[in-house]
Amino acid sequence: MIEKEVVVIGGGPSGLSAAVEAAKRGAEVLLVDENLRAGGQLFKQIHKFFGSSAHKAGVRGIDIATELLEQARECGVEVWLNSVVVGLFNERKVAIKRTLTDNSEKLEIVQAKKIVIATGASENAVRFRGWTLPGVMGAGAAKTMTNVNRVLPGKRILMIGSGNVGLIVSYQLMQAGAKVVGVIEAAPQIGGYGVHAAKIRRAGVPIYTSHTIREAIGSKSVEKAVICEVNDKWQPITGTEKILEVDTITIAAGLKPLIELAMMYNCKCSFIPQLGGWIPLHDENMESTISGIYLVGDATGVEEANTALEEGRLAGIAIAEALEYISLENARKLKKEIWQRLNELRMGPFGEARMLAKNNILTGCKKQ
Amino acid sequence: MRVDNHVILGKDERKEIVEIQVDGKTIHAKKGEMIIAALMANGIRINRYTVKKKEPRGIFCGIGQCTDCVMVVNGKPNVRTCITPVEDRMIIKTQYGVERSNG
Repeated sequence: MIEKEVVVIGGGPSGLSAAVEAAKRGAEVLLVDENLRAGGQLFKQIHKFFGSSAHKAGVRGIDIATELLEQARECGVEVWLNSVVVGLFNERKVAIKRTLTDNSEKLEIVQAKKIVIATGASENAVRFRGWTLPGVMGAGAAKTMTNVNRVLPGKRILMIGSGNVGLIVSYQLMQAGAKVVGVIEAAPQIGGYGVHAAKIRRAGVPIYTSHTIREAIGSKSVEKAVICEVNDKWQPITGTEKILEVDTITIAAGLKPLIELAMMYNCKCSFIPQLGGWIPLHDENMESTISGIYLVGDATGVEEANTALEEGRLAGIAIAEALEYISLENARKLKKEIWQRLNELRMGPFGEARMLAKNNILTGCKKQ
Repeated sequence: MRVDNHVILGKDERKEIVEIQVDGKTIHAKKGEMIIAALMANGIRINRYTVKKKEPRGIFCGIGQCTDCVMVVNGKPNVRTCITPVEDRMIIKTQYGVERSNG
């Protein structure tokens, strides 16, 4: 059996930064990612980050990913790509379906001292008549096609959901040459930041609030979308239907943490709608209710890349501390700085709910 | 439709082209790109038909999670085309229900 001090599951922003922080202080780190390259969703983020300079404002996600991968290489993080963690077992054993360089597959059991679960989140679906037709897809799929694969998923697009993902992906589809016919939002107000909404509105995209989708119509793929107004009880109002000529419908209805591995290991979870659903609890070190199992990024509450990066760093440092690669005092100082930055990221009208929810996670964890 | 020029990402510098066969028809793909990208660039949106109701399905998640885009690739069914890169002379077929491996 292979032994590693630290196994990080998932190579997105949180997993990568956890790996880097632990490895650069001397820990032996294995990072496992199911994709052909690490970096997670960062490679799809072609917009500039918001916030202060301490939070990489003005830097694009793709550049942050490149930098993190370089750092991981420099500090000796071992990376297994195209490899899937299929199970977590007692005493921190990690079962990995590993793809070797000759493309053959092998099941490896790795004994770890510390495990970081950085599995991210998956998109929520919205179900309506015709939603299985080709041409109906997640906003993430549309973003991947456009920004990574560089093929537009359609010419005329309807976006469902006006949160930041819906607004930003709409803009990026337009940057790549598609026409966004409209954005619909079931709530009476726009979900995301005003600046993102203003950008697409200036370009002439209507945002229909208090609207939902009734149906996607098409014989082999999407040809039309039927939308309608909803009342204050979220019910469709008959007679308000509009037909939009679209070939693609993209769904941006939030994300849900991928917590299967945490559940497999009996990490205590709590239902927290503000963070996307069932969330594994963690303490100030990002350690779950099970000793040695850490959780970072969207897997422990859907937020954004900046908070994911900071949570990853926090876990990496806490692990280096636990493995005695840095002093208690040094670790305390570093972790305090990170918590300050995290708290700053969780301020304002959009951050406050997340801050409260995150505090509930910490309190919930203490009670265990 | 390919995004050859992009305001942020610049020009698509991938020049090498490979040939793949989709349901008997030869199409061009960029070397190393995902199968779904080559299909979509050539206007192909249906990857498979469902088992019972024979309904068409296409890309949904784009990151290998949902398995809606699976096809028969080089005789192997259930290949996720959104995360599998093309190879020269790859033979791709629309998948009808649950197909058996013939390779």
